[in-house]
Amino acid sequence: MAYSNKVIDHYNNPRNMGSFPKDEKKVGTGVVGAPECGDVMKLQIKVEGGRIVDAKFKTFGCGSAIASSSLATEWMKGKTLDEAEKIKNTEIVQELSLPPVKIHCSVLAEDAIKAAIADYRKKGE
Amino acid sequence: MKVPVYMDNHATTPVDPRVLDAMLPFFTEKFGNAASRNHSFGWEAEKAVDDARRQIAALIHADPKEIIFTSGATESDNLALKGLVEMYREKGDHIITSVTEHRAVLDTAKRLEKQGVKVTYLPVDKDGIVNPDDINKAITEKTILISVMMANNEIGTVNPIAEIGRLAKSRGVIFHCDATQGVGKIPVDVEAMGIDLMSFSGHKIYGPKGIGALYVRRKNPRVRLAPMIDGGGHERGMRSGTLPVPLIVGFGKACEICMQVMPEESKRMIDLRERLKEGILQKLDEVYLNGHPTKRLPNNLNLSFAYVEGESVLMGLKEIAVSSGSACTSATLEPSYVIRALGVGSDLAHSSIRFGLGRFNTEEEVDYVIKRVVETIQKLREMSPLYEMAKEGIDLKTVQWARD
Repeated sequence: MAYSNKVIDHYNNPRNMGSFPKDEKKVGTGVVGAPECGDVMKLQIKVEGGRIVDAKFKTFGCGSAIASSSLATEWMKGKTLDEAEKIKNTEIVQELSLPPVKIHCSVLAEDAIKAAIADYRKKGE
Repeated sequence: MKVPVYMDNHATTPVDPRVLDAMLPFFTEKFGNAASRNHSFGWEAEKAVDDARRQIAALIHADPKEIIFTSGATESDNLALKGLVEMYREKGDHIITSVTEHRAVLDTAKRLEKQGVKVTYLPVDKDGIVNPDDINKAITEKTILISVMMANNEIGTVNPIAEIGRLAKSRGVIFHCDATQGVGKIPVDVEAMGIDLMSFSGHKIYGPKGIGALYVRRKNPRVRLAPMIDGGGHERGMRSGTLPVPLIVGFGKACEICMQVMPEESKRMIDLRERLKEGILQKLDEVYLNGHPTKRLPNNLNLSFAYVEGESVLMGLKEIAVSSGSACTSATLEPSYVIRALGVGSDLAHSSIRFGLGRFNTEEEVDYVIKRVVETIQKLREMSPLYEMAKEGIDLKTVQWARD
């Protein structure tokens, strides 16, 4: 499989790789996927004043899955929750030039964004 | 040391320079058709084919007349199964094979099933070995063929072929063995092993691509096959088509070299493989060996690296050619059926990497591969949420995963 340069760049230089303490009140955590399916993504956001001030990821999966989650953290930072929720998997596909067999990686990233936001909102309730 | 390093010798091997030297004259000045009976060009080609047939037969302890040339082991497998079923259909309609066979056998068996043939797919044990007792129990009066591979192309496990051969003989069933990975790497004796049909190929043993053979036993019993390709009646009528003399000459030479170097080469392969395995295991935890620890090909190492996905490993090892059982590296998007057949979880199938050592690999290359594998796995585990959870003491099997 030939990767796009952007996928290779995210793989070699992952942005925002790491973890926040998930019990912290201003942190939202989303974990999606399953080990037997070959990909698991963990996306975390740190929210202050309704805005995502920081984001981190950890991913078990192929290069495209790693790149999709790395890109997601970049895009989420600085956005409000409502704005971040609007990030679409198709935008990730386009940005990373993902081939059709890798579209599920972008879907997983979108799911992870939504799961992290939902987790944060649930904590606030 | 040159990069990229090639360590995928189960997929294919480079042509040995001695093999190429033997082949070259047969493209140009010695270009005759081996079937031309009335001039010297034909005689020259025919003699070269006869010599090669002898070299190939010698490696497997067969009679040269029992070697049928094909385009490769895939064709040999197809001819063995389809040709036999067509010829023996009146005698029975049941064949027995195993779940870890190469796709050339499994997909052929599936096609035969569509034509009404009954197929039993036997399981393997945790090391990938077919149990002869299971075969014995599966045989019915309608069984016409047992097809079990000699050594597995992914995990390198070597089956108890002589035992299966004895069993087949005692029950009067023909035994086909796909020995593509075994021939040239481990001693093969079709007499001692009781093999009636055997597939193998040139490009796995430092010969050219596009040439293979099917060994077809001529006595005790005499095995008959319906041809898949009709034409000029070449190869005892079982496989028509002008013989590719240069490829056959190369295949013969490759077999001759394998026979000469096997004792020394297999020892060297085992040393390199153990060096590779130990080097990796010393530096990394939670690495699991797939396949049998000792009953395996000298040149095969298959490891699962827990908590990382195979394709991302290959991406990190871009200057090393190895392969993975991960779904992402397969056309079917399913993880390796061979590794799943061992009973390990799919997660470990996704995490498997196959190292296939070969004649031209060096210690220096092995050490380089160890270093790069360790770096890549450490980096990916650092990035893996599963590794993090495992280190926190979470049992991943108890986690409720959010599936699509």
